[in-house]
Amino acid sequence: MHTSPVTTAHHETHENPALLHHFATAEQQKNAASFGMWVFLLTEVMFFGGMFCAYLVYRYWYFGDFAAASKSLDWRLGAVNTAVLICSSLTVAMAVRCGQVGKQKAMVVYLALTILLGLVFLGIKGIEYRDKFVEHHVPGQSDFQLKEAIPRQPGVLANQQHAQVYFSLYFAMTGMHALHMIIGVGLFAFLTYKAWKGAYSPEYYTPVENAGLYWHFVDIVWIYLFPLLYLIDRHP
Amino acid sequence: MATAVVETGERETYLNKEYGIKSWLLTVDHKRIALLYLAGITFFFFIGGFFALLIRLELLTPAGDLVQADTYNKLFTMHGQVMVFFFLIPAVPAVLGNFLIPIMIGAKDLAFPRINLLSWYLYIFAGILMLYTILAGGVDTGWTFYVPLSTEFLKTNVITAALAVFIAGFSSIFTGLNFIVTIHRMRAPGMTWNRLPLFVWAHYATSLIQVLGTPVLAISIVLVALERLLHLGIFNPALGGDPLLFQHLFWFYSHPAVYIMILPGMGIVSEVVCCFSRKRIFGYQAMAMALLGIAVVGFLVWAHHMFVAGISVYAALVFSLLSYFVAVPSAIKVFNWTSTMYKGSITYQTPMLYAFGFVGLFTIGGLTGLFLAALGIDIHVTDTYFVVAHFHYIMVGGMVMAYMAGMHFWWPKISGRMYPEGWGRLAALIVFIGFNLTFFPQFILGYMGMPRRYWDYSPAPEFQILNVLSTAGATILAVGYLLPMIYFLWSMRYGKPAPDNPWNAAGLEWTVPSPPSTFNFDEQPVVTWEAYNYDEIEGEVPGAH
Repeated sequence: MHTSPVTTAHHETHENPALLHHFATAEQQKNAASFGMWVFLLTEVMFFGGMFCAYLVYRYWYFGDFAAASKSLDWRLGAVNTAVLICSSLTVAMAVRCGQVGKQKAMVVYLALTILLGLVFLGIKGIEYRDKFVEHHVPGQSDFQLKEAIPRQPGVLANQQHAQVYFSLYFAMTGMHALHMIIGVGLFAFLTYKAWKGAYSPEYYTPVENAGLYWHFVDIVWIYLFPLLYLIDRHP
Repeated sequence: MATAVVETGERETYLNKEYGIKSWLLTVDHKRIALLYLAGITFFFFIGGFFALLIRLELLTPAGDLVQADTYNKLFTMHGQVMVFFFLIPAVPAVLGNFLIPIMIGAKDLAFPRINLLSWYLYIFAGILMLYTILAGGVDTGWTFYVPLSTEFLKTNVITAALAVFIAGFSSIFTGLNFIVTIHRMRAPGMTWNRLPLFVWAHYATSLIQVLGTPVLAISIVLVALERLLHLGIFNPALGGDPLLFQHLFWFYSHPAVYIMILPGMGIVSEVVCCFSRKRIFGYQAMAMALLGIAVVGFLVWAHHMFVAGISVYAALVFSLLSYFVAVPSAIKVFNWTSTMYKGSITYQTPMLYAFGFVGLFTIGGLTGLFLAALGIDIHVTDTYFVVAHFHYIMVGGMVMAYMAGMHFWWPKISGRMYPEGWGRLAALIVFIGFNLTFFPQFILGYMGMPRRYWDYSPAPEFQILNVLSTAGATILAVGYLLPMIYFLWSMRYGKPAPDNPWNAAGLEWTVPSPPSTFNFDEQPVVTWEAYNYDEIEGEVPGAH
């Protein structure tokens, strides 16, 4: 959202340098940008929706095997990551608030904190992925094996093929989520730089607000992924 | 195009404002991006058409003699993928919609001009990947990428083809997103929802499908790629997956995608029919709601592609019933176009000839769709040429006819030149004859039981006569499509300079000069009239008699 390179003589110079040539007012521009972001998030809901749909079908079919495979995940790491992401949603909300009230320096700090929390999440996720490789829980590999009993059926091991379906979905869903996190971290790195340069003001902080919406969406996806993948049928 | 300046005088237009390859490849002007799209789409239309001609040549004789069986599989796959993803879906929205929507609603540009350019680059990048797929030996999954054929058994370039479709999908999503925000937020003062031209309504409905449906195709294709590359078990029954799940996800997008193709065409036809009948559209609100109705109901009928795939009979019953519901808004549209023409002062210029073709052929395509929605008949004609004929009546007889109507109708606005009317009418006639000769015999072939996607029909030599007719028709159709290509190019240099309103038509786009200036309007227009106010417009279509 920079000033457009296209300017012409018969267009008066606007006072707000962030106002693009084809909008009549800054308000119209802001409305368009945020409406566009909501529509984009709608496409993201449908995108993840396909995988949630697949998850529902197979969890219904292979419930016991899914529950067993779910037990092989470390719920503590998942819980920590959930907390980390919720905190990062708070820091993003604070950054947007700083935009509204014009606290430039604080905005830089909150954006940087968001990046940090995002990286912590990705680091923990990386550890979890490594564990899966070490434990031979990677689907599609010839050495896949899951020695986990189906809950409440002592001695009955999970069906290896069905467990692979679980891990296929686990990697596809968390992988796609992690990809969105990486894009988000890149986005916030750019915004931090721009904020540090003083690009945002109470009149114009739309990019921060839109990136914030995106980040909240990615968080919400995780809020669903955590119970669906980690807590299928756990008992102490 | 550079020469357009000489005759039209000193006036600065979007075409002569800047010259040079950079001024085109880095433009954010929706009109220039529309022309960039036009180049790409025309190219892929002829690539897809070339595959179609090879298919028709192979079927000229019962024996499989022109190409190998595997090559034939590649031909119909690439014909489908190129035509669906690189022509039918983007053609009307990305060319005519892109050019016209901002002007029709009184805006200077789309809401996100740079995302618009990004869409084009995504489209071109996807197109290059598709071309690479073709040159590297092709792909033979069928355009539907059905699993486990696509994920386990084929050794062809499934991944690059899937990636091409995935990226083209994002191009489509961004176009739809841009249109939705533009139509909501960029309308001129006085341009209320009830004053929008139906062309804009049609693109609004189309964009809703693009935005809600395409992401589901994207994720399905990602999962196919993961299964093929990393052997993740998601759809392949050998890995514990369910191939029907893929079909559900695929058709959840790909059935509504049919409406992405046809709805913009319905918008064009509404504009053309009103102009050349000199009448207000009959039942404006019913027409607008029918467009939205088709978009909404279109999301609830996907499993009628799977009646023989092994879905439950109760699900099939429900999907059959819902499929019939699509006929209601479709019939509203056909009846209202006809009622608009009733007692109208009709003239027969090229766009109107194509619009006539559209209404008739869409009706045949739609009515045969009802045959296919009926469970009993569908089982008889599934995967036969009846289905092929049905959807080509909608796609080619409907969408391409409407696209040609729109290209002729707005060509004076786009290029600032008139196309030669006599040649235009001749080409429209050739297309109509060629089309029917190509596809009507296929209804009969399908009803007689000729399966689609077969390369050799020597056990049934009695099918040959109808296949010969169909191939002959395809040749005529090719001539009909080459003609406009030639005279449009010719007219850019030699055509008569177009007046601002060559058809004496209603609509904001006819109030700006031909071709428009870069920002469309020198002053913000204020709209005080309803769409299609032909009762307030004096006179006939110029040059009608």
